[in-house]
Amino acid sequence: MEILVCARRVPDTSENEIELNAAGNDIERDDLVYSINEPDNYAVEEALQIVERAGGNVTVATVGGEDDEEILRREMAMGAKNGVLISDDAFSGSDGKGIATILKAFVEKNHFDLILTGVQAEDAGAQVGGMLAAMLDYPFASLVNAIEVLDGGKLKISREIEGGNKEMNEIDLPCVLSIQTGINEPRYVGMRGIRQVASVPIPTLGAADLGVEGAVGGAAAKVKRVDYFAPPLGKGAEMLGGSREEIIDKLIEMLKAKGGLK
Amino acid sequence: MIETFGSPSQATYWFIQGRILFLVLHFLGVACFAYIVAKRMIPLMRAERDFRFDHPWTRLGRVLQFWLGQWRHPRYRTAGTIHILIFAGFIVLVMRAFFVLSLGTSSSSAMPGLPGRAGHIYGIIQAYAATVVFLCMIVAAVRRLVFKPARYAVPSRYGKAHTADAIFLLGLIAILMAADSLFEASRAAAQAQQGREVEFLAVLSLPWIFKAALTAAPLPVLSTLYLGAYLIHDLAFFFLLCYRPFGIQFHVETSLFSIYFAKLNRGTIKPVRWGVPDAQLDQVKSFGVKTFEDFTWKHMLDFYSCADCGRCSDNCPANAVGRPLSPRFITTKARDYCFTHYPVLGSANNGTPLIGGIYSEDEIWSCTTCGACEAECPLLVEYIDKIVDLRRGMVDDGKVPQSLQKPLKALESRGNPYGKMEKKRAEWVKAKEFQQTCSVKVLNGKQDTDTLYFVDSITSYDDRIQAIGRATAKILSSTGENFGILGASEKDSGHDVRRFGEETLFMALRDQNVEAIKASGVKRIVTADPHAFNALKHDYRDVPPVEHISQVIAREVKAGKIKLNPVENENDVYAYHDPCYLGRHNQVYDDPRDVLDAIPGLKRVEMTRSRDRSFCCGGGGLALFYEPKEDQRMGVKRVQMAVEAGANVIVTACPFCMVNMEDAIKVAGMEGKMTAIDLAELVERQMVREEPPERRLQAELPAPLGRL
Amino acid sequence: MPRIFAYIVHKGGVPDDSAAELPAAAKKIDAAQSPTAVVTGWGADLDAACETLRASYGEVWKIANEGLAYPNAELVRKALVKVLPQGSVLLLPHAHFGVDLSPGLSIKMNAAFVSDVLDIEGAEGMSLKLVRQEFGGQVSTHVRCDISSGAVINIRPGAFKPLEGAPAGGVLVDKSSAAGELTARRRYLETVAAEAGAVDITKYKVLVSVGRGIEEADNVPLAQDLADALGGAVSCSRPVVDAKWMEKSRQVGSSGQTVKPKVYMACGISGSFQHLAGIKGNPFMVAINKNPKAPIFRVADVGIVDDILEFFPELTSKIREN
Repeated sequence: MEILVCARRVPDTSENEIELNAAGNDIERDDLVYSINEPDNYAVEEALQIVERAGGNVTVATVGGEDDEEILRREMAMGAKNGVLISDDAFSGSDGKGIATILKAFVEKNHFDLILTGVQAEDAGAQVGGMLAAMLDYPFASLVNAIEVLDGGKLKISREIEGGNKEMNEIDLPCVLSIQTGINEPRYVGMRGIRQVASVPIPTLGAADLGVEGAVGGAAAKVKRVDYFAPPLGKGAEMLGGSREEIIDKLIEMLKAKGGLK
Repeated sequence: MIETFGSPSQATYWFIQGRILFLVLHFLGVACFAYIVAKRMIPLMRAERDFRFDHPWTRLGRVLQFWLGQWRHPRYRTAGTIHILIFAGFIVLVMRAFFVLSLGTSSSSAMPGLPGRAGHIYGIIQAYAATVVFLCMIVAAVRRLVFKPARYAVPSRYGKAHTADAIFLLGLIAILMAADSLFEASRAAAQAQQGREVEFLAVLSLPWIFKAALTAAPLPVLSTLYLGAYLIHDLAFFFLLCYRPFGIQFHVETSLFSIYFAKLNRGTIKPVRWGVPDAQLDQVKSFGVKTFEDFTWKHMLDFYSCADCGRCSDNCPANAVGRPLSPRFITTKARDYCFTHYPVLGSANNGTPLIGGIYSEDEIWSCTTCGACEAECPLLVEYIDKIVDLRRGMVDDGKVPQSLQKPLKALESRGNPYGKMEKKRAEWVKAKEFQQTCSVKVLNGKQDTDTLYFVDSITSYDDRIQAIGRATAKILSSTGENFGILGASEKDSGHDVRRFGEETLFMALRDQNVEAIKASGVKRIVTADPHAFNALKHDYRDVPPVEHISQVIAREVKAGKIKLNPVENENDVYAYHDPCYLGRHNQVYDDPRDVLDAIPGLKRVEMTRSRDRSFCCGGGGLALFYEPKEDQRMGVKRVQMAVEAGANVIVTACPFCMVNMEDAIKVAGMEGKMTAIDLAELVERQMVREEPPERRLQAELPAPLGRL
Repeated sequence: MPRIFAYIVHKGGVPDDSAAELPAAAKKIDAAQSPTAVVTGWGADLDAACETLRASYGEVWKIANEGLAYPNAELVRKALVKVLPQGSVLLLPHAHFGVDLSPGLSIKMNAAFVSDVLDIEGAEGMSLKLVRQEFGGQVSTHVRCDISSGAVINIRPGAFKPLEGAPAGGVLVDKSSAAGELTARRRYLETVAAEAGAVDITKYKVLVSVGRGIEEADNVPLAQDLADALGGAVSCSRPVVDAKWMEKSRQVGSSGQTVKPKVYMACGISGSFQHLAGIKGNPFMVAINKNPKAPIFRVADVGIVDDILEFFPELTSKIREN
């Protein structure tokens, strides 16, 4: 099975404090560290497990610039056979549809049985997977948390729905799936692994290589981010102050009033 | 048979002349043994190299101490005494065995032995030796069958009990002693009956007792006994010789070597591959131990040398709390694997992966590297290097538990396992009240400072533990130390990154720290973190000498530069908990105790498990992130030990011990009954100051119980 | 302004809460029009849902097709493409169905797509100004969307308050025939229910809910003690389940349970919208978190900045004393 995983490099939000920059038009990026979007990492691990069972190769691609190469190398250290950087000045400012258009061109120049994306990214719209599928006329499923390869070019997949229930579907290949975190336990990749693939070439494909049809780039984008701003605080919570003892007393009073205490 | 009490070589055994019989027997025995040992050496030939031929005199000294001197044995009084007696007996009996065996093949009938007086004296000593060994066999068997010490038990998941094998061996040795004694006794009895000169038998020795029983036996019976005992002795001797390499008794032969080649430089971890410098490690295809052949020859020798005594597991904290790790079985499983895959009869079959085979991932991740096992083993078997090598193998294959992946990624991108920003590493010095009375310099490469206070990650970033940092800084200030911290350019020491098998990341952190330390121009390093202390002292090269704050305080107190006020509450009872990386790994036991004893009115008790028998708090560094399967937390067990000792305050000198103790106190529901305090915090609280007492900052320190 | 439609998610004949919220969003796009409800399904459930919707929507378009008995997004998409006029604006709730349907639908309709919209600040001609969040709610952004060739917009559940005074007596229009034959290369098989846990958190009036701040499984008993003292149960957010510190059945959120307690204590929970989506009925919410900037403090009634591991035992013992 030839599997493509579309990945994205994002700021690491777990301990990073995302704040507005001084000018107020973007987030403060100076001290941020970046890594692969977590659901995309789960997608790569899932792809690797599928090819370990069913044979084939995993390709990881990202639309971006030089800085984004590092995530490709990390996923190749994890076991992906190919990494592809899709980069061109013409692509900058693309909205989700633009990125899907670019990826469509890449997919059409290759043969993939299965295309995976992460369900969403911190700074994006949970859309590229679904859009790409529609453009390619491939069936699509989102929030996938289990994949079983069946005979005859089909997959049995489970989607995460409310209440922890699982929606079981059968889907024909080739298809596009967006992967939810927790589908597996990704293997560890460290500096040594990355050093071992340090010299493997990562091709960069531009607009001309792909022959992108359709409008891409900032000018064609129908959805554009205009600015960042601090979320309005609104009423917000009544913050209790004082010593811990005092806070506890106040809280107990409130709980009694609201029926939280017997 | 001719009644002969001369040399069995002259006698006839079932129509075979004794001499020929024994020559053949001896030859077969030795040849068999040589063949078996040769086969046992094969895996060692295929093993990884290990550089153990340095410092021959030091190594010889350790052989004298640990092998001949049986240094570790008395730690378990009963078993230790029995073993010392057996060992001494065997040493004494070597010569006797040689004499007895050569009698069977010699052409003369005279009993070989030492000449004259020496022979006499030796005769007495060896008789008692045999008797003592024989008695020890009985005592040992009774212990095994009746008293059943817990550490010999084999949990069902590891297979059947080893009792049958143990009794069999004890029986064989007893037979050996008895046969020799009977051989001697029957001749002496015959000599008495025949009116010849009776050789002197030591009173109440085994031969003496046998002779007393045989005085009236008819000569033909004595002759049969004489020749029969000799044959049995011979057979038993060579059977044992050839049987030993098939089980735990192989340690009789290999112990000398396992002790000679034992690791000299405790505290650090073996390199990924001996002889391959860091710069060339990228070319090494596979890191760590994945198959049996990836172990070094010394590690394989360790597997052979284990005597299955169970002392390691008896002291292993992971084992005590029900984690899937038992060091004894790490060794015996590997030994059994080796015997199966490299059989004496048959050809070797190559390595299957160890993880997922004889070992489970959780088993190997459960170790906190506390070193209790290594401190206990009488054969100096090494464990930490093996566990680290197995972890290196798993890391290389990407098999790292998810709970550890997050801190490892954070260490890689931010230099600390919490993922917090580098620029906030020195924020702890800016705590408002603290900053007013103590300013801490951040070194910036200007090379004008003598001493570096290496803070390390937990003290820099953890809200509670920052108090230890501040207390340490205040102590250093008060003694007029010209010190500073590295601030944002300090990275995690990497101590536990290394011990969790991520060697590459460790090297990156180490190299960054070494560069920053060199740039600072300091001449010495002080730290309050025993893991950082151990790393800087043993894992790092080319850095200035490092001390732990307890050593600094002890010195300053003795010099009178730090004076300590009496305790507020005379009813508090303090127990000092030895952190593994300060105590056991670096032998700093007395300095913290001296400091505590210098506080007037402070009542201190020792827990049963203290010093090198201290019980690990649960582990530090990455161990705090790992989620083990266990019945209980190590910290909770340790807090219970403090309660048993009669203490209500645990003093420790390690930030990780502090986290684990305070956690344990909460989980065990002991808040109000037990507090934990760091040595630096305690000293800072009790320090006599120049300034008036109102400026003492008490808000952030845990109040002594008397105030609650 | 293009015509605005609201896709209604329903189950067992009952429309989702979003059915009441989408018209509020539509009003902010075009105050002059009321959206048309679009409902797909089959049989009695579909009919019941349509009846209910007629009470709050001026026009209800019903698409009945046996293949749509279970809402398979691939099939629904094909139906909508045939039924909806070119250039329409379609609103959906941003949840597991909307995420599945909308991106692909926007491509097939050649329309723009915006997901997870919190607010609509107005329109300048055919350009909408929308509000979204990024980085788990730590920052907000304004987004412009060109709706000149239509748009599919996923609205965050709970972001818009239902309108007062809905137009009653809605007209039911049957568009089933326009949908025609529907096939897709994805087929629904069945729904596997989550394993019922020992505790049904939906039955409790008081919930002590823990997030990453509980730090490890061994600390959960501290929360349990507090829950016992309050006569409630312990629930949790997704990261706690992912870390295997609690069972899935304890999870509150869009991929977990929906709860309607009287009192909800959000302890060590940052306040992601997926978690908050599981809390209905506007309970009295107490938030306890070490981080004063945690987004949860924006939605809670009462906030306490403290370490839950220290706070819990003290609160529990104080409650027991009383």
